[in-house]
Amino acid sequence: MYRQAKTGKLLIEILPNKCDFCGCCVGICPEDAIELKEAEIYIIDERCTNCSKCIWSCPIEVIKFNKEGVLSKSLA
Amino acid sequence: MKSDYDIIVVGAGPSGSMAARFAAEKGVSVLMLEKDRDVGYPVRCGEAVSKAGVSEFIEPDEKWISSHINNFALISPDGTEATIEFGDAGYVLERRIFDYELAKTAAKAGAEILTRAYVNGLLFENGIVSGVKYEYRGEQKQLSAKIVIAADGVESRVGRWAGLKTFTDFREMECCVQITASNINVGKNTLYFYFGQNVAPGGYFWIFPKSNNAANIGLGVSGMVGKKKSALSFLNEFMSNNFPDSPILTSIAGGVPSSITLDKISGPGIMLVGDAARQVNPLSGGGIASGMIGGSIAGRIAGEAILRNNLNHILSYDKEWHSRLGKRHEVFERIKNGIYNFSDDKFNKIAQSFNSIPKDKRTLGRLFTTALLNQPSLLVDIAKVFII
Repeated sequence: MYRQAKTGKLLIEILPNKCDFCGCCVGICPEDAIELKEAEIYIIDERCTNCSKCIWSCPIEVIKFNKEGVLSKSLA
Repeated sequence: MKSDYDIIVVGAGPSGSMAARFAAEKGVSVLMLEKDRDVGYPVRCGEAVSKAGVSEFIEPDEKWISSHINNFALISPDGTEATIEFGDAGYVLERRIFDYELAKTAAKAGAEILTRAYVNGLLFENGIVSGVKYEYRGEQKQLSAKIVIAADGVESRVGRWAGLKTFTDFREMECCVQITASNINVGKNTLYFYFGQNVAPGGYFWIFPKSNNAANIGLGVSGMVGKKKSALSFLNEFMSNNFPDSPILTSIAGGVPSSITLDKISGPGIMLVGDAARQVNPLSGGGIASGMIGGSIAGRIAGEAILRNNLNHILSYDKEWHSRLGKRHEVFERIKNGIYNFSDDKFNKIAQSFNSIPKDKRTLGRLFTTALLNQPSLLVDIAKVFII
């Protein structure tokens, strides 16, 4: 119902080793689909719509579109 | 530590600390939670602030003043530098010390503070916010509160959980990168702002001097620009063109919600302050002073609400914020949209005609007047800033 991509897969990937944990992507995410702790970040698969706004907003280019699909940590 | 508080503040930046302090000064019980290990670190900020903006809340102290500012230099795309002298106008802060000192003022007023406490949900009672869920050293815990004040910064998730619409449109988010570099030989009392399509389209590039020839160097671009070229690419280009061999001391990313204040910054049991409420000055991108003002108003009103045993009182916060600064920010937003859309050519012309004014007669007002000759419709908006 929410995932626009034909496959339904999560296609957004945050490169955790390159992330600065600044929160820019969290602040623009319309779905509240990004979990950010002090030094840990992941996309909440159940909420992400692959809208890609986080990719455009990342100041240091560490969020990528991965058309193969991404394994996500699930919402607990 | 208790299991329930009158007021819980989420986030210990300047606005969180002011909310905690002004609430605690009313004699109610206050706890401030911070997700990071340290208050004040990592610093995600250009650190420039006006003297008036901070001295309302804390006595200026050299230990958190990295440099004193009395000049603004605006550099147009062709390199024309328009300089304005201001007297003792402001500071470049040492935020890691500044934030710490602000938190100490909250503690002194009676607020409790807990770091490494990551708030990951809210408690509700009959649809009203009644506390927070948080993770502390790997354990999931919870605390009750009559009022939760969300000072959780650009992320602003706490407000969302309370049902307020807090996310910022990606076009209005200034996505920033900044380095603190050493051996930067610029005027140590001057803030430098660079404009132009090549350096910072739709925003500005800054060099803010710190002590010992270091400087904060960075820029923000909106998500709209970032779609094509990231802030990091702009910064790397600028550095390799201008300071290729400067040692880099820190390197950070950050988001500045450069919009007007959210439609609603309070609700049943919840108040939003600082970046979380989108209380940043949209023209300058500065959020320290305005966040502290927002925090102080929210903290005081929350304290009063507890004392009067009337939680509906917190809803008066929206109105008070808007009459103090919110309305002014709406005008700043319109000016921003006018100015930042200027073409490179227009910026050059403004800088050149400004420089033809004798130096002792150059004021910010004159600069605006010069800008206005190029964009008369801005006059109405600028007039409003001085009237409100």
